Amino acid sequence: MNSIFVYCELTEEKNIADVSLELCSKGRKLANQLNVPLEAIVIGDVDENIARQVSPYGVDVIHLAKDNRLFPYQTLPHAAIVIDLIKNEQPQIVIYGATPIGRDLAPRVASALRCGLTADCTELAIGSHIEPKSQKEYKNLLLQIRPAFGGNIIATIINPETRPQMATVREGVMKKEIISNSYNSKISKIDTEKILKPEHFILQTIERHVEPQKINIKNANIIVAGGYGMGSKENFQLLYELANILGAEVGASRAAVDAGFAEPERQIGQTGVTVRPKLYIACGISGAVQHRAGMAESSTIISINTDPKAPINEIADYVIIGDVNSVIPKMIKFYKQNVK
Amino acid sequence: MSLKIVVLAKQVPDTANVTQDAMKEDGTVNRAALPVIFNPEDLHALEMALRVKDKIKDSEVILLTMGPVRANEIIREALFRGADKGYLLTDRRFAGSDTLATSYALSMAIKKLWPVNLIFTGRQAIDGDTAQVGPQTAEKIGIPQITYAEELIDVDTSSITIKRRLDRGVEIIKSPLPCLITVNHSSPRCRFRNAKLVMKYKKATSMSELQERNEDYYDLFESKPYLKIDEWGVEDINADIKWLGLSGSPTKVKKIENVVFKAKENLVLADNDNDIDKLMKTLINSHIIG
Repeated sequence: MNSIFVYCELTEEKNIADVSLELCSKGRKLANQLNVPLEAIVIGDVDENIARQVSPYGVDVIHLAKDNRLFPYQTLPHAAIVIDLIKNEQPQIVIYGATPIGRDLAPRVASALRCGLTADCTELAIGSHIEPKSQKEYKNLLLQIRPAFGGNIIATIINPETRPQMATVREGVMKKEIISNSYNSKISKIDTEKILKPEHFILQTIERHVEPQKINIKNANIIVAGGYGMGSKENFQLLYELANILGAEVGASRAAVDAGFAEPERQIGQTGVTVRPKLYIACGISGAVQHRAGMAESSTIISINTDPKAPINEIADYVIIGDVNSVIPKMIKFYKQNVK
Repeated sequence: MSLKIVVLAKQVPDTANVTQDAMKEDGTVNRAALPVIFNPEDLHALEMALRVKDKIKDSEVILLTMGPVRANEIIREALFRGADKGYLLTDRRFAGSDTLATSYALSMAIKKLWPVNLIFTGRQAIDGDTAQVGPQTAEKIGIPQITYAEELIDVDTSSITIKRRLDRGVEIIKSPLPCLITVNHSSPRCRFRNAKLVMKYKKATSMSELQERNEDYYDLFESKPYLKIDEWGVEDINADIKWLGLSGSPTKVKKIENVVFKAKENLVLADNDNDIDKLMKTLINSHIIG
């Protein structure tokens, strides 16, 4: 049966990226539903040990293209290998991270294979579809669910006729789940010499500075997030103080990041990271649809806002009507008083 | 030697400012109720193209867009800011195209304009946010791509050097020409309209616009050919309709829904010692914090 493929990208430290492991976990579930194997594609100058980082997530076959010319990522050689592999193996589904790499590579591959591609999905499922005109029924399609129109609506996209069905998926929306630490993946080596030609290496990387990931709000248990209502970068300092005391990370809305109050890595929402912490404290965040979509699944939500009608209050468990500059110092004071 | 530069741009509904009036009962968006704008990152792309022209004089910057006749507005806007020429791809048979069919149409138009040295476009359009049309167009033409471009470092008649913005860093890439570049919003903003160019191009018009207005165009285009915005249909770009519109689009929209959040019953607290003290105790006692 035609497999599900996950394109796995490498971090700067040459480990498998978190987003790829998340996709392997999602891919495993879809593969179980369809009763087909899950296969991973790993391309770079890494050996089997690194590639096997995906195994615990339930990957049956790892296609490994090891070649020192393949790191860091470049469009043309990676696309050539992926296109060749898809043509040979005929997977029914291929998923990529919606990262600068996945969003550079997947459209190139989709165009070459003339297949459908849906960008920035926030959910994937298997389902059927009846074409309204012809009443033709399609079974076991990949339902590709994504925000559309600036995040104001949610669209379900399908590719009824073409294969593979391809999608890029946002980081953090799928949960990483280990199936078994001893899950056995078969390694299938790709002969890169056969595929790669000089014309794939016409681009020159002259310089590269990529910082290792320092901020990781995705896995934080508690998040103190600030919005445009914080007023300034200086006022954000208050959020760091509260976060420090609670053992939390600081997040931010898009408006706050655009205003320069916080680093882009802290952005929560549809364009940013999706989080589901135990506690989310939204400070001066009005709660546009795009922001709520990235945090609505938090277990407990506290909203601190001067506006009682802020949309975020609708999904909050506790709403504190007030100015963050006055509320947060009180929270710090009473936390210290009450905690043992 | 000079370069021929194409800028791919799109007129889009202003999705950043969707008001409740624009949302229909069924959760879909009433496009007609939204103002249309020049896709923001395409304006950044235009600026980068104009900077190439600043460096290599006599280069030509051509704006290419696909859409209804109204999309001529963005061609004029580009002319006011320094572009030399505009082409509008307009044909009912383009309607319903997904990113693959759109990039096919654009690639056929670019082939018609060939030899082209550089193609710039915005990283993505705000109505779809897919970021697919740029790379797909590059693949269809068979040229390399540089995505997420932030800065033009250098350009000559045979190569271009671009700084890319990545998640946690930057990369400087040099590509031979021809090459397609998708431009990020972190790159320089587009220059403003130039008063002289506004005077020169304010009457720039396409045939269908003139026909709609029932104006005599013969003399105008005869004396000032630069005012003519060319319109191309399927036959003009030698496209095969099998790869266009709905039939050329592998992706279909199955369903569109409003974004719904589960509203919670909430406890409203005031900014006073008593309320905040109670809240912190509750959170500590339920082991959420502490």
